[in-house]
Amino acid sequence: MSIKIRAKVKGDVCTVKALIKHPMETGLRKDKKTGKKIPAHFIQDVTCKHNGADVMNANWGGAVSTNPYLSFRFSGAKAGDTIALSWADNKGGSDTKEVKVK
Amino acid sequence: MNMKRRVFLKSTLAGSAVAVAVGAGLVAPRQVLAAWPKSAFEAKTVQDAMKGIFGSDLSEASGDIKIKAPDIAENGAVVPVTISTGMKAESIAIIVEKNGTPLAATFNLAANTEGYVSTRIKMGKTSDVIAVVKSGGKTYSARKEVKVTIGGCGG
Repeated sequence: MSIKIRAKVKGDVCTVKALIKHPMETGLRKDKKTGKKIPAHFIQDVTCKHNGADVMNANWGGAVSTNPYLSFRFSGAKAGDTIALSWADNKGGSDTKEVKVK
Repeated sequence: MNMKRRVFLKSTLAGSAVAVAVGAGLVAPRQVLAAWPKSAFEAKTVQDAMKGIFGSDLSEASGDIKIKAPDIAENGAVVPVTISTGMKAESIAIIVEKNGTPLAATFNLAANTEGYVSTRIKMGKTSDVIAVVKSGGKTYSARKEVKVTIGGCGG
């Protein structure tokens, strides 16, 4: 599982785009071979920090697509600032990635 | 002799596949994050989901919320949705009216974050996508119908 993230500043507005690799199982799908339900496995919490301060915090359910894409905008960033994106899923998995604003 | 070996192999293979599936289900830890609004995400109706996040199911229809989503989504498993608003948004929620659990995602935005989020969601069938924006202690909403030709929930 990995995170791809890009942050680009234009004028005063910084656009963050992120792509997270994650199965995002709803827990409702059935395994075609066994007929058993595939256990839920999805990201519940996504946080994005700009120079250590929260700019966006998302709560997700199983209805967010597999390998989720996320984009948002905020102001007050300049090139070289640090953007850190982290997520946590319902099975205790998590990941964090930091990038510099371009 | 040969026939028996074939049968034996088949039965053991099938048996182990089931065991792996059951094992995976049991091992999965039921961890619940404190911040994650479980009741809202497990709610079966739009009203209950709204109450779970915003404390009320009332919202004012607003023309200042734009939902960018396809009119017809060929694949319900990946429906790109972009919500934007000119309001000073504190939080934005994306709700799919006819999904089994309508609430898809909520975004809490900081003071310097714009009223703009874009993501991709799953849709079980043709439904209205509802965007709810909380601004200045009030909730506003807008909706857009997305026709789904192949559902994205369930096998």
